[in-house]
Amino acid sequence: MDTAAVIVTVAGLGLAAFVLWYFFFSARQTASAVSSSGGVQEVSINVKGGYSPSVIEVERGKPVTLNFYRDEENSCSEELLMPDFSIRRDLPAFQTTPVELLPQVAGRFEFTCGMGMLRGALVVK
Amino acid sequence: MSPATEATETATLDIEGMSCAACASAVEKSLSRAPGVASALVNFATEKATVQYRAGQASPATLKAAVENAGYGVAEHAPSISAAERGAALDQQKALAYQKLKRRFGVAVGLAVIVMALSMLMLWPALMQRVNTQWLNYGLLLLTLPVLLYSGREFYVSAWNGFQHRAANMDTLVAVGTGAAFLYSLAATLVPGFFTSRGIRPDVYYDTTATIIALILLGKVLELRAKTQTSAAMKSLLGLQAKTARVVRPGGQEVDVPLEQVQLHDLVVVRPGEKVATDGVITDGQSALNESMLTGESLPVEKQAGDPVFGATLNTTGAFRFKVTKVGADTLLAQIVQLVEDAQGSRAPIQRLADKVSAVFVPTVVVIAILTFVLWFDLAPVATRLPLALVSFVAVLIIACPCALGLATPTAIMVSTGKGAENGVLIRNAEALEKAYQVTTVLLDKTGTITRGEPAVTDFVAPGQDAGQLWQLVAAVERQSEHPLAAAVVRYADAQRPDRAAPLAATGFRAIAGKGAAATVAGQAVLVGNTRLLADEGVAPAPALAARAAQLLAQAKTVLYVAVAGQAVGLIGVADTVRDTSAAAIQRLQAQGIEVVMMTGDNPQTAAQVAGQVGITRYFAEVLPGGKAAKVKELQAEGKVVAMVGDGINDAPALAQADLGLAIGAGTDVAMEAAGITLMHSDLSGVVTAIELSRQTMRTIKQNLFFAFVYNASGIPIAAGLLYPFFGWLLSPMLAAAAMALSSVSVLTNSLRLRGFSVKG
Repeated sequence: MDTAAVIVTVAGLGLAAFVLWYFFFSARQTASAVSSSGGVQEVSINVKGGYSPSVIEVERGKPVTLNFYRDEENSCSEELLMPDFSIRRDLPAFQTTPVELLPQVAGRFEFTCGMGMLRGALVVK
Repeated sequence: MSPATEATETATLDIEGMSCAACASAVEKSLSRAPGVASALVNFATEKATVQYRAGQASPATLKAAVENAGYGVAEHAPSISAAERGAALDQQKALAYQKLKRRFGVAVGLAVIVMALSMLMLWPALMQRVNTQWLNYGLLLLTLPVLLYSGREFYVSAWNGFQHRAANMDTLVAVGTGAAFLYSLAATLVPGFFTSRGIRPDVYYDTTATIIALILLGKVLELRAKTQTSAAMKSLLGLQAKTARVVRPGGQEVDVPLEQVQLHDLVVVRPGEKVATDGVITDGQSALNESMLTGESLPVEKQAGDPVFGATLNTTGAFRFKVTKVGADTLLAQIVQLVEDAQGSRAPIQRLADKVSAVFVPTVVVIAILTFVLWFDLAPVATRLPLALVSFVAVLIIACPCALGLATPTAIMVSTGKGAENGVLIRNAEALEKAYQVTTVLLDKTGTITRGEPAVTDFVAPGQDAGQLWQLVAAVERQSEHPLAAAVVRYADAQRPDRAAPLAATGFRAIAGKGAAATVAGQAVLVGNTRLLADEGVAPAPALAARAAQLLAQAKTVLYVAVAGQAVGLIGVADTVRDTSAAAIQRLQAQGIEVVMMTGDNPQTAAQVAGQVGITRYFAEVLPGGKAAKVKELQAEGKVVAMVGDGINDAPALAQADLGLAIGAGTDVAMEAAGITLMHSDLSGVVTAIELSRQTMRTIKQNLFFAFVYNASGIPIAAGLLYPFFGWLLSPMLAAAAMALSSVSVLTNSLRLRGFSVKG
């Protein structure tokens, strides 16, 4: 093994480790919902290659409105799926799409794009 | 201004921005003070304002201004319409995106073809001698740049956006793969000396880069085209809605108004051939309506005053008026659309594995690609290791297709729930669809499911009598009665007289509870009732007639004697009749290997009779309403996967207990809630449709998942060069791109095959 091979090996393994850490183990942006005076918990979510914030905490038993603003035209994010709430919604580009739901049970409920690539979660407490 | 136009009108406004009861009173005050307003009532809870105003002095626009004056807003009305409009706007946006995509694809193809041709020419040694490679590479670079920056821009932008969110998607793979090939080529073009000094030929991969982008875009174009078809059934459902309604104003004049302005209690006129605008109850007139779009029932349904009509159904030849009972999101059509939408958003349990895999798919593939690169670099001969490592790296990234996995289940569910709705089978969620496929036993509630659920005349025995004349006498008596059996008799009698001659008059009518009825018709005393009535009146039936009655009773029928002038002259047999389609549907279920079991509250005799009639061998008789769920449990304890088919409220617990509940005949709302599948068409053929649809859908999903898993599981190792040591095969990244483009389209196309679903036979 020559120097170049050693460098490539070390760099490659390092990069692979970084990819695994970055996508699977690093911390996510979490936000708690803000309750409006009407009792509705509202959160704004920006959709651009992902959901930010991607983890949303809400309280159980109170209506929730998630305002998804799709800040891109990329077709990956055009559909929103929340299977636990039977929601499939088209998100028009550069518009806010409110998604209303009522969380009845505590738990972690994932939401994804139409193909399951972009991911977020609704944490009901 | 004439007094007519100054009539008071009522408007309902959806108020936005009220956060407290005080806001509501502020809005109310502002509205009340507005000119022309007679009264205003604002409900904070429903966020609605109901305003009565004089038409000449105020209008919805001035009312809106008054609300805005108070610092609040008025939302646009009629949610179901706005849903349709929202859909249209979305479609427009999608069409625009499709045009753009096609343009990007066109540019990529055009340039890729040139780049490819030039690169191929270089393989010709005679040409290679004459052309300056350096200059050619610059030329190729110039041709590839637009492909990258215009056609492929979205991949890089999306990959970067995703990266910032710690998310990786298909674009990440394409961007990294083509990016690596391009950057390597760029370096080989700009500083070839760096490569040659290390004994590596400075090859460029511009053709690879351009071709991959063109092929992936081709895949996207095909995918988008196919995807719009998955929701075609939904769109046609939404498109069923009428656009306008002909409303009768209080003054009596008829005005065409847009559907969203139709309000509760409005009177709407429907002329022959017109669509019914919304749900209501017929007030006068009669007609036959084609309800196939909602129920799947192809025969028009006769309707008259008092009968409900539903929006989007088609009037045939008659004309009628109806009073609006439901608008917007409350209508049956809107509820069906909502149900289908919900089902399409739900997750099938079978999808779980694919979901888990796709969650970790892209980063895992990136890691595999990196390891591939490292292995090739370490193991291949020094002179060729860099190009081999690079080609394999790019091929792994490009061939991996997370989309096929992600599309496998949802697209099939979308097509089949839409297809179900077209056939009057409303599927609540994907789980119900999956359960229907596993069903081994179908438990049918007899009444209203196998049978019509209402009594009908089945036999008429009148030896030596003029049947037509006798029916006239019977009908005259029974017309006065309110007993359900009497209604069945009258219905039958009317059907016997197509000429509809004026019915005979009955005088001195007496209803004798639990026994029958008596009256004088055409000067003769007529009795219609059971043996006790005859005994009371001192009439003894002839032995032959009594024997016939015993026969009918043995068939579980209700027997009515007819006596005229103190003589028992005839017998009428009444029973809940089996639907025409029941036997055939049950036979088809049995042909599919499904055990069909019946349960009923009737005595064993009746149960055996009906069961025999439709070919059922196993049944439960004398089941009390509360015991239905227990019977379901009993079957489940035998290890059966039970589908329960029922209609009434007292079926709800059994529907919920069953592995799959099917509510029949647009049933009651309660049954619909408890049921996984609702059959709009009120006969058993819907059960067959539901189970066949489920079987085909699950077959499609399994094919899709199998394909997606096998494709990725075999494609990635081949791209990594697994076959190279054995056969010397290495997958070209361009072939990888073609495979990837076709894989997701294959899955989609397979799902779309479900559109051809039809019930055989």
